[in-house]
Amino acid sequence: MTDPAGSARSAPAGSALEASELRVELADGSAIIEDVALELRPGEILGLVGESGSGKTTTARSLFGYHDRGVRMSSGSIAVAGTQLTTSQEFQRARGRKLSYVPQNPGTSLNPSMRILAAIEDMLRANQSLPASPAERAAAATAQLGRVGLPETSQFGRRFPHQLSGGQQQRVCIAIALSCDPAVVVLDEPTTGLDVVTQDRILRELVRLRDERGLAMLYITHDLAVVGKIATRIAVMYAGRVVEQGPTSQILSASRHPYTRGLVASTPDHLRIRRLTPMAGISAGVGERPAGCAFEPRCPQRVDRCVTELPSLIATTPGHLTRCFEWASTPALDWSSSADPASASPAAVVADRARVLEVQHLSAEYRSHGERNQVVRDVSFTVAEGTCVALVGESGSGKTTIARATAGLHPPSGGQILVRGRPLAGRARDRSVEDRRRIAIVFQNPTEALNPRQTVASTVARPAQVLRRLDRKAAEAEARRLLEAVRLPVRTAERYPGELSGGERQRVAIARALAGQPDILICDEVTSSLDVSVQAVVLDLLRDLRQQLGIAIAFITHDLGVVATVAERVLILDAGSICEEGRTAQVLKSPRHEYTQRLLQAAPSLSSTISTWNGSPAQATAPSELNPQN
Amino acid sequence: MTAVTSAAPARQRSRLQLPAFITRDAGGLAGAVILTLVVLVALFGPEIAPHPSTAILGTPGHGPAAGAPLGLDFIGRDVLSRLLDGGRTTLLMGGAATFVIYVVGIAVGLTAGYAQSIADPLLMRTVDIFLSFPALLVMLLFVTAFGSSPVVLVGAAAIVLFPGVARIVRTATTDVMTRSYVEAAVSWGERAVAIMRREVLPNIVAPIVADLGIRFSWAIILIASVNYLGLGLKPPTADWGLMISENREIISTNPLSVLAPAAMLALLVIAVNLIGDAYVRQLGRSGGRSARPSRGKR
Repeated sequence: MTDPAGSARSAPAGSALEASELRVELADGSAIIEDVALELRPGEILGLVGESGSGKTTTARSLFGYHDRGVRMSSGSIAVAGTQLTTSQEFQRARGRKLSYVPQNPGTSLNPSMRILAAIEDMLRANQSLPASPAERAAAATAQLGRVGLPETSQFGRRFPHQLSGGQQQRVCIAIALSCDPAVVVLDEPTTGLDVVTQDRILRELVRLRDERGLAMLYITHDLAVVGKIATRIAVMYAGRVVEQGPTSQILSASRHPYTRGLVASTPDHLRIRRLTPMAGISAGVGERPAGCAFEPRCPQRVDRCVTELPSLIATTPGHLTRCFEWASTPALDWSSSADPASASPAAVVADRARVLEVQHLSAEYRSHGERNQVVRDVSFTVAEGTCVALVGESGSGKTTIARATAGLHPPSGGQILVRGRPLAGRARDRSVEDRRRIAIVFQNPTEALNPRQTVASTVARPAQVLRRLDRKAAEAEARRLLEAVRLPVRTAERYPGELSGGERQRVAIARALAGQPDILICDEVTSSLDVSVQAVVLDLLRDLRQQLGIAIAFITHDLGVVATVAERVLILDAGSICEEGRTAQVLKSPRHEYTQRLLQAAPSLSSTISTWNGSPAQATAPSELNPQN
Repeated sequence: MTAVTSAAPARQRSRLQLPAFITRDAGGLAGAVILTLVVLVALFGPEIAPHPSTAILGTPGHGPAAGAPLGLDFIGRDVLSRLLDGGRTTLLMGGAATFVIYVVGIAVGLTAGYAQSIADPLLMRTVDIFLSFPALLVMLLFVTAFGSSPVVLVGAAAIVLFPGVARIVRTATTDVMTRSYVEAAVSWGERAVAIMRREVLPNIVAPIVADLGIRFSWAIILIASVNYLGLGLKPPTADWGLMISENREIISTNPLSVLAPAAMLALLVIAVNLIGDAYVRQLGRSGGRSARPSRGKR
């Protein structure tokens, strides 16, 4: 199946990458990806978007001829720069030279014992008949550093990966990938672990390299806002199939598949403050995909034939393909229905409400080997009943330490924390039961949030036993009630965490935090490792809990889009101290501090991407300039 | 433990239902079968032994013959009878030593890993001191000082071998202590013992069990070495470890006198390892579900 988007634009050059009818399956024959067709032209960036389990990484790996154990490609043809790749030797020869890979986590993909110049030389040596002299080879490798915007000196090249920042490490990975002039580069979530400012720089770098060298790039990500900034076209995957494919502007502003529309509606945007509309249900796993459309159980516009019949990719407009029978009835996204969270919830009257948490002149430090490292400096803020305050900052800004100090996990070195006007002891074990009950914390990583050897019921019941002196029976009944409150089916109670998805685990963690009937919930990056659609569900849940139970929330995050969705007030942290604070809408609209301005400029935003694209609708290629805000 | 239950008919839904890591895992099943056989030999061997284990029947080091299929040992006793007789002491003392090693090792390792600022350096440096003495020397010292009763042998073996377990447990504990679920428990004020029991211990089972077979065999070998030097169990007693040692001189005339007890020890250790590995595999597969047979449905 070829891609009409490519043929519509009559580029004379052949395609850089052409893959069709890819099917990768498990030993038992259940498909991980099926009927995937991708085409890339030189100078084009194709965004491959999907949530965890959608098959996007499997697709990328199959382009290289890599398959996990017990997995095989049962059909498909792959051609790179006009050469058909079938045998493993052909794949082997193409890797690095014609097709190269930039991994997700540069920290673990660079050899920590190898100087970066040596790593680049390694790639050159493996793939080219290089000039024999070591000096020439070193010169060639050094030149690669310059091409990705790193210092072109041998001094820099002699550094080890741990002496570089995350952004620099990713640039080295890109330099390695580009060193043998491949036709196609596959980037697997290359900016996911980086902070927004660094992410923005890497994205610009990629666009520049694309423009200079006519590279074709396949950019894999779960984040529509990021890919919207640089991709020419976007392909959306769901349950192993491409469900929609087309020019970026159309995918984002006129999506025809209900899943794509749902993704767009679930993506928070700091420039368009609005309530997210989460999709129902959870994605279908491998082996449990139905005969008909895999999205049917979650689809708001399903019809009878969706259950039994698989829709094929239909061209809705030239170059825009959708795998949906009812694509014509997909409602347009209403970007105007944005609402200020302050007006959406009755929290504009913050001043009238009782103060639940007061943090006064908090300082905190870490000590190692006699050295003191102050990570929080003189931070003060208050959170009132039923409101949400967001603490925003990059990694190292001290935001997590503030959360831990509040929860009694890291005794502060100065200042104090008051709950309902009563000062708290530094350590949780020195606090009274009542004080411990009032504060609950939810952590970032859902995989280690829950004890894997305890059932959900016993995990959620435990704090109720300790903090509210409930007996075991009453506590387990309470646990079931709380699971309902976080919208999990009651049967979840008997499950173990290993049987739950990331989003479900995070909701169990929230239920456990609620078991003590706290006054304030500290949420430490609770959604940052979740898929956007799952994130929307969790954020929506937190909002309801706040309105129904009057719980106050301190929400720690690095994502400005999420801030816009959940918080009335926001504190911006830089290097351990507050550099700006105020009403969310105000700060996001007219930031005063220079650091806030930089953050806001770098943060990806769907709405600004769409307006950029729609400003130049005639052009089918990506704008040579990134969106004007940057 | 498993050996006894596996002998019973595995009825569905019965209380003696075997755990999945034995019924559904080829390695675990093989281990359980071997262990059952070895334990049966040790338990009932003395009853079916053709000769008294201390009776001298003929020429020392005589090869296999009618009435003595495994030949005679270094002073002319029947190797088969001694083999059937020697399992009890080996299993009992090895098992008891392993049990003590784990109880002490887990207690020390958990405490050190939990209280990282105070208990950790104190306990672990003490453990290092224990580790710095040669194993056999410590064993001999204890036996010389306190006599060679089984209790002293087991205790001495435990002192020599617990530091290894303590170190493994401590490392695993410090790792688990950084998990969010432990931090959450700390924040709602769970007591130290409850955290160790509820949150830590169940999650460090895999590294502990993975190591069980080796510790068990080391315990048996250590006790056997002391026996060999004539300082442990008094010579006429039959013991597999002791048999390997005392028959070394006649290995050329009757190799079976060494190979047979060695094979029994090897089978025992292999069986324990197979079961341990199957258990760890089950822990990994279930992704958190308890390795015990699930109650009720499924």
